[in-house]
Amino acid sequence: MPLNKEQIAQRIARELQDGFYVNLGIGIPTLVANYIPEGVNVVLQSENGLLGMGPFPFEGEEDADMINAGKQTITKLPGSSIFDSAMSFGMIRAGKVNLTVLGAMEVSENGDIANWKIPGKMVKGMGGAMDLVASARNIIVAMQHTNPKGESKLLPNCTLPLTGVKCVKKIVSDLGVFDVTPDGFRCIEYAPGVTIEEIKAKTAGRLTIADDVKEMIFN
Amino acid sequence: MNKVVANADEAIKDIESGAVIMLGGFGLCGIPENCITALVRKKVDNLTCISNNAGVDDFGIGLMLQQKQVKKMISSYVGENAEFERQLLSGELEVELVPQGTLATRCMAAGYGMPAIFTPAGVGTEVANGKEVRNFNGKDYLMEYAFDADFAIVKAWKGDTMGNLMYKDTARNFNPMMAMAGKITIAEVEELVQPGELDPNFIHTPGIYVHRIFQGKDYEKRIEQRTTRKSPPTP
Repeated sequence: MPLNKEQIAQRIARELQDGFYVNLGIGIPTLVANYIPEGVNVVLQSENGLLGMGPFPFEGEEDADMINAGKQTITKLPGSSIFDSAMSFGMIRAGKVNLTVLGAMEVSENGDIANWKIPGKMVKGMGGAMDLVASARNIIVAMQHTNPKGESKLLPNCTLPLTGVKCVKKIVSDLGVFDVTPDGFRCIEYAPGVTIEEIKAKTAGRLTIADDVKEMIFN
Repeated sequence: MNKVVANADEAIKDIESGAVIMLGGFGLCGIPENCITALVRKKVDNLTCISNNAGVDDFGIGLMLQQKQVKKMISSYVGENAEFERQLLSGELEVELVPQGTLATRCMAAGYGMPAIFTPAGVGTEVANGKEVRNFNGKDYLMEYAFDADFAIVKAWKGDTMGNLMYKDTARNFNPMMAMAGKITIAEVEELVQPGELDPNFIHTPGIYVHRIFQGKDYEKRIEQRTTRKSPPTP
């Protein structure tokens, strides 16, 4: 069975290390916050100017002045800090944020990412995505392995306008976990019940299978 | 020194059609609601607006779009606005999309007296088209120019009559660097106080950057995405 969105988030959460400062994008990446392993303390960065983002407020306690980058009402945790947008992207650009997790429409075998624009459709803008991918030390992409037409999103080259080049380090899709290496995508884990043959069939970019590839385990 | 004006209409009275204006805020958070309403009342048009977002259909900059007052938007994200989309597709509106960190830092550069910045954001993408690329220590950077805005309009939490400003929570966002970047900076505040009432150690925007300030009123502070969790059961 391919992973559902919650399981993709759960698997990405295992990449978190104690002391990490983490920026989670909109969509599946946001769910990662629900699966932070016990004993691992991370600080969530929201690029509109907050370190130490907490959960959604209780009903009736929403504050219009406290939102995240997805414009959702949120809370701040003890020890959080507030800053302006220039400083927020300053800390991103300076590589202070340890991990960035974001979604993608396409990733190429050399780590290029496309996730902001589809020609012929209304362009909403790149927001902070280009800044994040250009500077993040470690970028994990959370996405479905194929698009709704069943076509691979792991490609030799991106066909959509790029968000950034040679930046993605790892992909967690519904089919498995893939490192981006000089030899293309390397499958290091596969989803329970998913075969290597299926992964090969649905990966258009160059793919190798790690010698010690293993099945993902979920509790 | 008298920076205090009576209201938004007085604060923006010399903003004419064709002006380049910066507007603070992220989404609908920390936007200068009073001045936007006043600009709609004044019916100026052909404006170039530098703002991270373009509001929603019936709030924020969306109100100015409805009245077709905006010629060009310079933003990082312009979703959630059907009228914006209509004007863009019909060619009535021009849009320049700028990566969010680049947008913030181009404002900052203006306020710091620097003509340009170098940023890796957009290298290898269509954002880089026509821009100078420089390599520093093995990595490519785009040269992006500081913004040149006639007016910056910001919203702060508290301000004093000398123009010193403090912001609250994530309503800070683009406001401080835009406040620094305008040839004329207008600040509307939720609470206008006398000099000495704000602790100088906690001023975010020093008054030197602010030319006009007024006590705002009737803040709606609309929430774009109201997300909550269930309250814990009361014992």
